[in-house]
Formats: sequence, C-alpha cells, structure tokens
Amino acid sequence: MENDKNMPYRKSGKGAVIGKKAIGFSFDGTDYQGLEGDTLASALMANGVHLMGRSFKYHRPRGVVGAGSEEPNALVTFDRGTGRVTPNVRATVLEIFEGFVARSQNNWPSLKTDIGAFNNTFSMFFPAGFYNKTFMWPKSFWDKVYEPFIRNMAGLGSAPTEADADVYASVYGHCETLIIGAGPAGIAAALTAVKTGERIILVDENPVFGGSLLSAPNDEIDGIKASDWLDKSVKILENAKNVTLMTRTTAIGYYHDNFIGLAERITDHIPNLKLGVSREKLHRIRAGKVIIAQGAIERPLVFNGNDRPGVMLASAAQTFLNRYGVAVGNTAVLFTSHDSGYAAAFDLADSNVRISLIVDARNEVPKDIQTEAAKRGIEIISAASISKTYGKNRITGVEVYVPSTGEKRKVNCEALLMCGGWTPSLHLWSHSKSSIRWDDNIAAYIPDQPNENAMCAGACNGDFGLRAALQGGNKAAGGRKSYKVHERDFGTGTTFVNLPNYIDASKQKAFVDFQNDATEKDINLAVREGFSSIEHVKRYTTIGMATDQGKTSNLNAMQIASKAIKKTVQQVGLTTFRPPYTPTTYGTIAGYRSGDLFEVERKTPMDGWAQKRGAVYEPVGVWRRARYFPKVGEDMDTAVARECKATRDSLGIFDATTLGKIEVVGPDAAKFMNLMYTNPWVKLGVGRCRYGLMLGEDGYIYDDGVVGRLAENRFHVTTTTGGAPRVFRHMEDYLQTEFSHLDVWLTSTTEQWAVIALNGPNARKLIEPFIEGIDLSPENFPHMAVREGKICGIETRLFRVSFSGELGFEINVPSHYGRAVWEALFEAGKQYDITPYGTEAMHVLRAEKGFIIVGQDTDGTVTPGDAGMVWAVSKKKKDFVGRRSLKRPDLVASGRKQLVGLMTEDPNVVLEEGAQIVADPNQAIPMDMIGHVTSSYWSESLGHSIAMALVMGGFDKEGENIYIPMQGKTHKAKIVKPFFYDPKGERLNVV
Amino acid sequence: MFEIHCPYCEEKKPEIEFAYAGEAHIVRETKADDLSDQEWAEFLFYRDNKRDDHHERWWHQHGCNMFFNAVRNTQTDKFVTTYKMGLNRPKINPSTNNIKAVQNGK
Repeated sequence: MENDKNMPYRKSGKGAVIGKKAIGFSFDGTDYQGLEGDTLASALMANGVHLMGRSFKYHRPRGVVGAGSEEPNALVTFDRGTGRVTPNVRATVLEIFEGFVARSQNNWPSLKTDIGAFNNTFSMFFPAGFYNKTFMWPKSFWDKVYEPFIRNMAGLGSAPTEADADVYASVYGHCETLIIGAGPAGIAAALTAVKTGERIILVDENPVFGGSLLSAPNDEIDGIKASDWLDKSVKILENAKNVTLMTRTTAIGYYHDNFIGLAERITDHIPNLKLGVSREKLHRIRAGKVIIAQGAIERPLVFNGNDRPGVMLASAAQTFLNRYGVAVGNTAVLFTSHDSGYAAAFDLADSNVRISLIVDARNEVPKDIQTEAAKRGIEIISAASISKTYGKNRITGVEVYVPSTGEKRKVNCEALLMCGGWTPSLHLWSHSKSSIRWDDNIAAYIPDQPNENAMCAGACNGDFGLRAALQGGNKAAGGRKSYKVHERDFGTGTTFVNLPNYIDASKQKAFVDFQNDATEKDINLAVREGFSSIEHVKRYTTIGMATDQGKTSNLNAMQIASKAIKKTVQQVGLTTFRPPYTPTTYGTIAGYRSGDLFEVERKTPMDGWAQKRGAVYEPVGVWRRARYFPKVGEDMDTAVARECKATRDSLGIFDATTLGKIEVVGPDAAKFMNLMYTNPWVKLGVGRCRYGLMLGEDGYIYDDGVVGRLAENRFHVTTTTGGAPRVFRHMEDYLQTEFSHLDVWLTSTTEQWAVIALNGPNARKLIEPFIEGIDLSPENFPHMAVREGKICGIETRLFRVSFSGELGFEINVPSHYGRAVWEALFEAGKQYDITPYGTEAMHVLRAEKGFIIVGQDTDGTVTPGDAGMVWAVSKKKKDFVGRRSLKRPDLVASGRKQLVGLMTEDPNVVLEEGAQIVADPNQAIPMDMIGHVTSSYWSESLGHSIAMALVMGGFDKEGENIYIPMQGKTHKAKIVKPFFYDPKGERLNVV
Repeated sequence: MFEIHCPYCEEKKPEIEFAYAGEAHIVRETKADDLSDQEWAEFLFYRDNKRDDHHERWWHQHGCNMFFNAVRNTQTDKFVTTYKMGLNRPKINPSTNNIKAVQNGK
C-alpha cells in the first residue's frame, strides 16, 4: 500500500491496530478512504490532511497535537443524523466506520477560508482579560450588543438543536481491584492481581489494550517481542474468570471511598446502528483498591508558531506511525529538550521519513543518541531553538535560530515534532484528594501520599520506560516479579521556560493552551497586572480551563507563571483537577433518567379515572394531581368557576389521596403530639379531630393538617402534600433524639389510604346509603369528628372535616379500593349533579374561607401570629417545639408582615400571585415594598376577585388602600379580613 | 459517594441511603424559658464550622430509619467514626485511631 494514491501517507507493514479493510468516510463534505482501526485523525493524515479545525479565539488553522484523549486542537462535530450530533469530539479518539460523517467547527464560510481569522490579524487587541476590560460599559450594551457578539464569536462546535435520539444506560459494579489504564503497567498489575482469584476490572479508554506497547515495535519483554507479550497477556486475562476487561471506557472521576465513574462508549464506532441500543453506559464502581496506570502526557515546547497544523508532539507522531501506520509527513524536523523525543524521529527515519534536522534546545546531547542519529544520517543542532514556522494551513518549514552565533537557517518540512518532557497524569489521583509533590529530576509533579486505598504505577507515578512500567504495575498488585526488558533508554531532559528567540516577545505567538488560545504573553501579562495566585492566573488567562483541562498545557503554564512571579513552581502550586477526566456526554450522566423517567411522578389510585375524564394535571410535590376537569370548550377559569359553584350549590368530589398521613401510636402518643404541635392534644376526645399547627424550633410555621384521635393511644395525622417526608423526618428526629423517653411509634401511611373528599350540602345524603356502622347524624357525628366503619362494604376511616367551608367528609379507604369507592359514589352522586373538582377549585374554595396553604401563604418566616392563628397556639403548655422562639425579639417586634385579605377596587382584576405591594403608587422608583400577594383567585361565589397577602403591619391597616403595580397597570385594593365567604361558618351545619 | 457505617445496622452502606442532619451534641434546653434571648439564639443558630474533626448527625433514611452521630474530618472529608445517639463524644487518639464511644451520656 506504499504510495497508495488514496492514502499517500500510509506505511505498509506498520500499524499495530490497523486492519486491511478499506473504510469510506466523509469529513467536511469530502469523501476519503481509511482503514479498519483508524481514528478520524489517523485516517485524515493518511490522506495528507492535517487541517482539522479553527482555534477558539483567533480562528487560527489547527491540526492534531496529540494522538489520544489529551488532544486539545482537533475538535470536530460527529454527525450520525438528526438528534445524534455531538460537537467538540477529539478527532484522535473518533473511530471511523463505513459511512462515518464528521465536520470541522468554528469557521465560516469554510475551514480553509475562515472570516473569523481576522481575530488573528488583530490578536494584539485580544490579550488575556480582553473581554473583561472591554465590555464593561455602558451597562445597557451587555444584553443587546456585547453578549450576542461574544456568543457568536466564541465557542467551538454548535450545541445540537434536536433532542438526543439515543438511549443511555447505567449500572453499579463492585470489585476488589480496579486497574485504570491497560498499558504495560496496567497489564502487569492485572497479570499479578488475577492470581488472587478476586474480582478484577481492567479498563482502558482506547479500543484496544496496550497503550505504549502499541508504539514500541523494537522492544522485547521476557525474551519475546513486546507485541507478542501483549497478545499473550491479554489472552491470559480474557480467559480468567475473575477479570472484567473494558475497552473504550474512561475512568472519568474518582470519588469518596474508592467510588469510580467509568464512562463506556458502546456504539459510537458501530456502522448502520439502529436506535434503541444504549449508546453509552455509566458504570459506578466501588473498588477495594485502585491501581492508577494512566501513563504520562508529553509536554509541548512553547515557541513562536508552535500551533501550525503539522506541529505535534513527538510521541503522537510515533503513535500515528506505529499504531496506525501513518506518517505525519514525508519530511519532518524534531525540536526537543528531552532524550525521549529522539525515539520518534528514529522510528520515522526507519520508515523512510526524511528527518531534515533535529534541533535540541540543550547544550549537550548524549553520545549514544548522537551515534544513532549519525547512523541514520540525521543532523543534530544543539543549543538551538526554532524562532518561527512557515506555512498557512500546514507547516512548510521552520526557521532554526542559534543564539550563540545569531545564525538563522530555514529548513523545509511537512511536520514538526516537539518534545518538552513528560507530565505524569495525576488527574484521577488528584480527584481522590491524594497529595502530590514536585520532583526536580523530571520537573513535574508526581504522586505523594494516597488519600484512598490507591496507588499509581508506571509513567503516571513518574517511573518512565517499559521496564519501570512493568515493575511498577507488578509491585502495585503485590507482585515481586522481575521483568527482563529490551528497550531504548527513556533518557532525561531539561525544561525550558523561555526558548531563545531574536523576535520581540510582543510579536511572537507561542501557545501554551492550544484549545483556549492562550499564549506565554498572556501569562506574563496576567502576572504584570498583579495576578500572583496560580488560580487567578488560570482564570484570567483561561489557561487549563478548556475541555481538555490543560492536559498538555498545565505544567508549561505553571513554570512560565512561576518564573514571572519569581517563585518556585512548588510555591506557585498546581491548579485543581476536577472530574470528568475527559469530556463526557450529558447522556452518560443522565443514564436512564430522561423522558418519563426524568422525574417519576406518583399517581393516586383515582388518577386513571381523572385521566379518562380529561383532567388537566399539575405537579404537587412528587405527585401529579388533577388541576381541573374541563368540559368541551372550557378554559381553566370557566371550568374552575363551574366546579366551585357546583360544590357550593350541591356536591363536589375531590381526590385528596396525596395528603401526607402519619400514624402516631403508643402510650405516650398524646404527650408526643403535645410537643410536636402548638395545640393541646391530651384532652381531645377519642373520635374527635383538631386542626394541628406545627412549628420549627425557630418558631415559624412548618406544616399543618387535621389530626384525628382514633383511640387513646392512636392519632391519624395528616400533613400537607409536599410536606409529608419532612414532617415525618422532623417527628422521627425529635422522637429519637430529644423525646426518646416517650413510648411512641411513627408510621408513614400516606400510600396506605386513598382519600375521597366530598364537599357540598348534599355530601351526607350521598354517603348515607353506603355507610355501615357509623351514625351520621349531626348530633352523633359533628363537624371535626372521625369514625371507623364501612363504606360500600370496605373498611373506612371517615372524617367529617371541611377545607371548603361546606359540609364535608373525607373518606379514607385502603388504597386498592380507592377507585372502586370513588366510582360507586360518583355514579350515585349523579342525582345531586356531583362534580369532580381539581386542585385549582380546591384552592379557590379554601381561599374564600381564608384557610392557608403552608408554603404558599407562608414562606418559612411566618409565625402563627403573623398568620392570624394565635388561637391554634396553646398558652397553657409548658413546652412544644418552637414555643421559646415565639418570644424572640424579632418575632414579637412590630411591623412584621401579617396575613390579610385584599379586595381589589375593580372586582374583575385578579392580582398576580407574588406581586409586590406598595403603600404609595406615586413614590419614586425604587419604591418601598410593604408585602406581596400570596394567593389570588376569581371567586365565582362572590362575583369578585379575592386575594390573600402578607403586608407589613397588615392587621392594623384593615380598611386602608394599598397598591399593586403589575405589568401595564397599578391596581388599588383594600385590606380586609381574609374571610370572604360565610365568615360565621354556618354552611357546615347543613342538615 | 461515601460509604457510611451505620452503628445500628452495623454495616457500611452507600451514602444515598443517608441524609445529613446537622451538627451533633446540641442538646435541646427543656427549661428554655430561663434562657436569655442570646442564649436561645446560640442554641438555635450558632454552629461550629471547624476545619477539623466535626461531630455531626446522619439519618439512615432509606435503611433502619435511625439517627446516629458521626465524626467526620472536614479537612480530609473522611469519616473517623460513627456511634449511636446518646453516647458521649468519642475519644479519638489520632496516632492509633483508637476510638471508643462512651456509653450512656448525652
């Protein structure tokens, strides 16, 4: 395949992961051919295409820098059709398949000619902090001018516009040992751990195991070729029953107590995939021990023009050649400050790539390396630098600069390889809050003390080279094996913070963070402007804040900043790594929780009946509740008015199942109730009910509800729909910790009972024929009473209570009988024109009576006094939760907001709930706001709108006018008592 | 996600079963009327915000339903120990991590 006209840069006999099958794919609308096993990056470069994207800020042409997940530059949009478009995917990890489509980003009209590149020409106007400094004023410009402009110019790929068509999965997992990274260290660790018989998981983010072994064709392990050793080892692991091997799986985060998130990409590489197969799966793994073998990432050199397409890490070029069989150019120059860079140049030279020149920034080059270079006829210039690069959309040459002599020399090349040393990958180690320390020998941070049962092995531990990796992995898993290894010496290097250049620093473009387009200049500017903390330098220059989290840029940035700040790197410190390790889709994190499963709704037993009846629903707490039951042609207001009128005139039926219910049982039940509620309970007769008001210890209203005493030692407590869980917790908390001397049991019974509320003058007449064992006569079953008996033959707890002001009953039956009893009553109720009503009508009916809804008319700062409910607070009890707080100075101070009624001057105006209230509508803005509207409805019974409001000193303002400025108009209203309908409560006594 | 040892279940369980319940060993004053407003405010609102071992309460909400106490170091974000309600603050020996909750106190 050498010189294949389709893939002119393909090298036959090379490419450890490359198959023979040709694959057709498309990039930016052009069709290309690649081979099975190719990534988009390797396949494009096999075709001689290096230009893959435009940079973030300056729109500069960019190609690949790395060969793996660390890639900062070559971000593309992966397009699998409608709803399956993923922006900002690294071309180096995207596997091609027949029919694969991707396109470049951040350019217009095309990748090769991008208008936005004028930012590059004017880049001197776009230094660090440019946006912060420029777009400060006038303030009014922000929304209309600056933000749209920035949004238009910034960013890379476009967010998808369609809903994600794919499905995602998640699963929990457990193992004794989790090994992250299947390079030589990870595999050696797995080979050792497998012998324990314990559960082992080995994960790697690549499609195949091997890591650096896939780009080491000349290395040998224990007498066999490294590639054979790899095959043999993987077979052993595949055959072991206690090992789970996972490819295409990234360890994205390391959390408390060895809890690791693994993102598995299942289908992105599969052609002609039907929808419905999980695209990605999030594994939440709890591991006994974690061995991190993430390897290290090569550091770019920071020099003028180091971002031109064709300039890349030396190890990336070596990987493209050995793993994918692709030469990154026919001629290449190496620019290095580390011995390891030579390995890439020599591998390329051995595959007939002409190495025009090796530029070593160091003064001395080891003798053996000089010999090897001479053997291949490669010239080395030491103590030299590259002062500029040539080419527009692809590098065509470099200018070499020798500072000692001032000599400049132009050398042509199709690729420039750079090696500035290595950065051990500490991301996951740092997620676990394990400590790190600076190692002067390798000029990088390495792991120090673990914070979890974890260890690092191989290059991520600062142990470079094949032998060190194998030994490290073996040892991490408790082994004592000694490997015999034949390899090229990894060597040493020097780090250079400022590479010599004759060109004025202000005219150079030496990139540190490729993805965020931040340069050495930006860091120095930030320091000059007074930023001395590395965390501030990071945020000001945005270095390390792109989607690659500075994998290739962090150490260079630290070192440049530390020199500018004139402190050591250790003093400057390292910025924090945070999950996810690589960009992760929302789908992976959401897993199954999308669509109907996003938030699961609770439904009552009667929900299906309401649905058949055409109910419109609303969410209340975790429940969905019928809001109203429109007849044909009715809008909400019409339906609610009809439901209210029918209930007051004759009979309404309402599903009250969602009310929280707690059974308080035990010899000390009444004592406990006395402590938890403001009201007195000891003397409440069996079979009687009382409205209970619950406070927090801070004295504010916490919850309310009707409580029935079923026996001396048994209370049936109801709570608000949304408040049930926290009231239960509140009670349990006090019972277990403060009132533990009381003999009481609490049971949440919310789901045990279906509750049918019947309200209206005909309520008793309807249920009479269905009731057994309860005397319904008003004398024997008065308002606020509870009885146990049967309805429709089903056991019931029957409450005579009213949240509407009408004669009312709440029929509790076991949940499974809820719908049957409902339907029987509804059928029989037709003679009274029984009308089902929803939560909206329920709200109107209760507001007409001035009954509060906790959480609507109260907001966590309302006392019983503020709500006009001192009548519910016992003055005799020595203790109850919140009692002492009611005497707090702030709670007895004057001017508190108090709950009042409002009658608008115009009876047809229904105020907005939440609207602010002012005393003087002509006051200059900003006005003094004296309160807000809490509840507001149209009252069909009164032919007038009604509202409740919290108003400062409201009780003393009765009869006064206040004003409610709303959109377009300010409304006038009079403060009244919040009892609008039947204030004497006579309607409860209908016979 | 933590693994938390419930002293009632005597088992380590994942954090999703638990809910945090505020600082521990804050005893509710039963003779609250005798307290000054300042003393009551201190009971009600004032909490330690230590960079050290922090005594706190957790609720095994989706397990045994019991409230219990824990010592968690806010600097390392690690649980040092957990113990039943009603026990005294455990004595913690940092060198040996030898922890013993004292029976029957507040």
